[in-house]
Amino acid sequence: MKFTVSWLKQHLDTDATLDEIVDAMTMAGLEVEAVENPAEKLAAFTVGKVLSAEQHPDADRLRVCRVETFEGEKQIVCGAPNARAGIWIAFAPVGAYVPGIDVTLKAAKIRGVESFGMMCSAKELEMGEDHDGIIELSGDDLAVGQLVSDALELNDPVIDFEVTPNRPDWLGVNSIARDLAAAGLGTLIEQLITPVPGQFACTQDVIIEDETACPAFAGRMIRGVKNGPSPQWVQTRLRAIGLRPISALVDVTNLLSYDCDRPLHVYDLAKVKGPIRVRLGGKNQSFEALDDKTYSIGSEMCVIADDSGAIGLGGVMGGASTGVSETTTDVFIECALFDPQRTMQTGRDTNITSDARYRFERGVDSGFVLDGMEIATQLVLDWCGGEPSEIVLAGEIPAGPKAVDFDLSQVKRLTGLELTAQQIAKILTPLGFDCGDAKNDRMRVGVPSWRRDVLAAPDLVEEVARIVGYDQLPAVSLTREPGVLPPAPSTLQTRARLLRYGLANAGFAECITWSFCERSHARAFGGGADVLMLANPISSELDCMRPSALIHLLLAAQRNADRGQTHLQLFELGPVYRGDQPEDQLLCAAGILSGQPERHWQGSQTPDVFTAKAAAMAGLAAAGAKVDALQTFTDTSAYWHPGRSGALRLGPKNTLAEFGELHPATLKALGVDGPIYGFEIWPAAIPAARNAKTTRTALPVHDLMPLTRDFAFVVSDDISAEAVRRAARGADKNLISQALVFDLYSGKGIEPGHKSLAIEVTLQPKDHTLTDTEIEAVSTKIIDKVQSATSGVLRG
Amino acid sequence: MENLQEIQTRIETNIDAASDLAALDEVRVAALGKKGEVSLIMRTLGGMTPEQRTEFGPKLNALKNQLNQAVATRRETLEVQALNARLASEVIDVTLPATAMPTGSIHPVSQVFAEAAVIFGDMGFTVAEGPDIETDFYNFTALNFPPKHPARDMHDTFFFEPDADGTRKLLRTHTSPVQIRTLQAAVQAAKKTGTALEPIRIIAPGRTYRCDSDQTHTPMFHQVEGLVIDRETHMGHLKGCLADFVSAFFETPVKTRFRPHHFPFTEPSAEMDIGYERVGDEIRIGQGDKWMEILGCGMVHPNVLRSVGVDPDVYQGFAFGMGVDRLAMLKYGIPDLRDFFASDQNWLAHYGFSPLSQPNLSTGLSS
Repeated sequence: MKFTVSWLKQHLDTDATLDEIVDAMTMAGLEVEAVENPAEKLAAFTVGKVLSAEQHPDADRLRVCRVETFEGEKQIVCGAPNARAGIWIAFAPVGAYVPGIDVTLKAAKIRGVESFGMMCSAKELEMGEDHDGIIELSGDDLAVGQLVSDALELNDPVIDFEVTPNRPDWLGVNSIARDLAAAGLGTLIEQLITPVPGQFACTQDVIIEDETACPAFAGRMIRGVKNGPSPQWVQTRLRAIGLRPISALVDVTNLLSYDCDRPLHVYDLAKVKGPIRVRLGGKNQSFEALDDKTYSIGSEMCVIADDSGAIGLGGVMGGASTGVSETTTDVFIECALFDPQRTMQTGRDTNITSDARYRFERGVDSGFVLDGMEIATQLVLDWCGGEPSEIVLAGEIPAGPKAVDFDLSQVKRLTGLELTAQQIAKILTPLGFDCGDAKNDRMRVGVPSWRRDVLAAPDLVEEVARIVGYDQLPAVSLTREPGVLPPAPSTLQTRARLLRYGLANAGFAECITWSFCERSHARAFGGGADVLMLANPISSELDCMRPSALIHLLLAAQRNADRGQTHLQLFELGPVYRGDQPEDQLLCAAGILSGQPERHWQGSQTPDVFTAKAAAMAGLAAAGAKVDALQTFTDTSAYWHPGRSGALRLGPKNTLAEFGELHPATLKALGVDGPIYGFEIWPAAIPAARNAKTTRTALPVHDLMPLTRDFAFVVSDDISAEAVRRAARGADKNLISQALVFDLYSGKGIEPGHKSLAIEVTLQPKDHTLTDTEIEAVSTKIIDKVQSATSGVLRG
Repeated sequence: MENLQEIQTRIETNIDAASDLAALDEVRVAALGKKGEVSLIMRTLGGMTPEQRTEFGPKLNALKNQLNQAVATRRETLEVQALNARLASEVIDVTLPATAMPTGSIHPVSQVFAEAAVIFGDMGFTVAEGPDIETDFYNFTALNFPPKHPARDMHDTFFFEPDADGTRKLLRTHTSPVQIRTLQAAVQAAKKTGTALEPIRIIAPGRTYRCDSDQTHTPMFHQVEGLVIDRETHMGHLKGCLADFVSAFFETPVKTRFRPHHFPFTEPSAEMDIGYERVGDEIRIGQGDKWMEILGCGMVHPNVLRSVGVDPDVYQGFAFGMGVDRLAMLKYGIPDLRDFFASDQNWLAHYGFSPLSQPNLSTGLSS
């Protein structure tokens, strides 16, 4: 909402400076977004007078002018067709910055003739689109050297502020003035509204067929008007806030829209056929609006119609067929109330944005219908003359808002402010509230018709606090209750935190990527269900909730690679979506490893399945999983390479993580170059610790030295290393503390289709040094166990 | 027979001549070993008269001690020589690059979430969470957004296709639905135990979504929601709590200003501004004379409490919500919001945080 300071001062008697006004608005809840003083932008431009204009010797379209300026007489070459002797112009001297063309002027030679400065068009001064000729100033007291902004009366600062949805009344300058007066910035100038007596009965009938769409419609004829330009001050005012003056009759409606939030419409009575009916739209109807566009009318729209059909969309826009023109002599003024929701829907469906729609969809003061009509009538009579009829009112002005039985103790309860009933009444009354006498800490507060947002005590408390000033409220620190422990995070929150820091500590950079992705990409990861499709995505690349956090990491890998960053270790800890229910959203840590690390003289670890596995295990270990107990399975999700991926599980079903090389087809579907390795970790799958206590189990201490024995087993290729290792590890649970795979060999000396796995077994004696016989016995057990479990034989 | 002096001189000469530890040991054994020359002479003491023993005993002992000393001295010299020789042969080029150690990083948004959890945790807040895919009830209706109200329009909501019953789910436009879920859970818990509602202090960090994308808006962004419900918390506590938060968060005293505003789910409502100044291209948060809006807040609207069956005449409290990405940009001088979600390696390395600097109040938030 824009208004000018002089406009405000028509409603508010104040000596406040611009800064004080802006500050008071901000602290009263009118959030100022911009303040612009057009005079500042035009400070370099002064009035000049063209003394002579001669044809340029070498250019048909140019004229060489002699111009009287504040710097004396200047020669200026000008291409404007209207440059001629005797006119007053806007002069820009050498050195001035001309905003409309973004140029700082220099003395120049134009086709061989020197030129010192410029005569400006409206566009060059950013005052309009007009670039056909230079501005011709008019007025009685023009003088050379006078500021152009003064000559054009553009010295009125424009304030733009945000109107919150609860305060539609702020769309009128009068309400802004009321709030500022209540906040102590000055005195509200009460608008004196004198009813204009009708001189004849109104013969234009108005019939409301749907009172939910239009509860009340006041109308009045004015005969014998002469429509022409509105007064200069009105035009200046409208221009200052970005409106185009059109004619006196139209400008009345625009002025009142902004002055007192009262949208109106003026019909050319000669063009209205029969009674005006306010009804809902029907089928196959169309309507040509004042913006010269044709709209089709929906059955739920509020239509203003006459015998010819639709002549307006109620609360949104009037029709072209009954619009006023310079030849209009008899008019009919509409001052009505339209249903906010229906107005909003009509506006949305037709995509019309208008000042009327903006106001009606937020709610217009129901108590101001007849007052608005009287003000409009007076302005029309003042500017256009004519003879007014009596007012017709169709429908009924709705009752005002209900009074609030205000429990005054709520002020202290909600804000901490200690105020007496008297003080509270003194705050509320200037805002238009009607405060009754306080009894037993309660006060009946009548709510003005323009404040339908005030329904209950908290709304009044806000009014009180707002006017007192939020800066006056006591600030009280919020401290933990004495003796109350600091809050404990949930198990999953703790796991997530440890997982995040664990992965970062393992060399992965944390990313945050979109929760949505392209549907085809989602499908490559088993997602893309209909219920997870956005109806209004920002683009087709982000139209589906992601089934995996790997998707954007892989796309990021490609983007980074395209910029020359090939070696990446990225992870994200975030949601993935299996469905649209809350429990379908799962927390997952996904990571990728790609490319060759920087070359290093000691050699460097190229990412592979096992670095991915290590990362998955590091993450799980950090999050508190017992990594030793995990089993590696080979059946994994379809987006992994089927032969180079694994699932880390506890038991056959509970998957804690998957890792491996991404399936080449998956990468291809995403347009990403491989190979890329990755992992996904599911922190919620980690079983809760059985012991919730903080104490640890005692550390087993052994005085006796552990000893190690090496074995090499030849097994078939399809036997997993883990099977062999687990068999060896489990051969004697008492003595064997660890079994490590330290070599894998196939080739010469090993039967084809077989491999040799070398395993180091650690024996931990408990109470005596092991004898050779005992060691021999364990060795035999290991060999037997491996043989029975895997058919592996000791390599000779 | 040589006299002892001559023996000593000869052996000492041999000791000094030993060129390495092995040769020295040979000399030592030859002199002082079991069958060494000096040991043999010492054995002859047994056959001597007491007078002779009194004369020779001390001399022989002195000889033995001096030779041992000489061997030790020589050994030390030879050891130093040997070590020096070894070290001389072990020179490597230490200017070669260090062994590679992987370094990862924490995203600035995670850092700010963690910092907020620490600061509010100290004021007794726990961290609550809720789903991203929400219903109209949790995102709007329960939060006192009237149906078809313009305030809904201002939210640029992402919707899903309608379900069979015509209702459509949406992506939460703010973290405020967690207020409702938290209140519902608290009401359930109170019903179960037949007790009064427990006081609530939660923050709810999370992802939020609006269909808006330009230089300063991304379709996904992050918020931290806060909710305090008990029987006496008022706007003064709201001011104190949030003013304390921003100073703790920015790690410097920060001026604050509360302005009236409007949100459907709070009444009275406010926005909080913080002081700043611009020095060159830099924004300095704290004491400057400019104001910047940082969060929205207010007393929880009675209709919100009623929507979950909490009596607004008994319970009251405040709520707030703030944009986390912007907090990160302001605190850490990160220029462009869109880079947060681009996963650019250089950006992550530059703006990311060490996993070892986990925020806490005793040793620093962002050290």
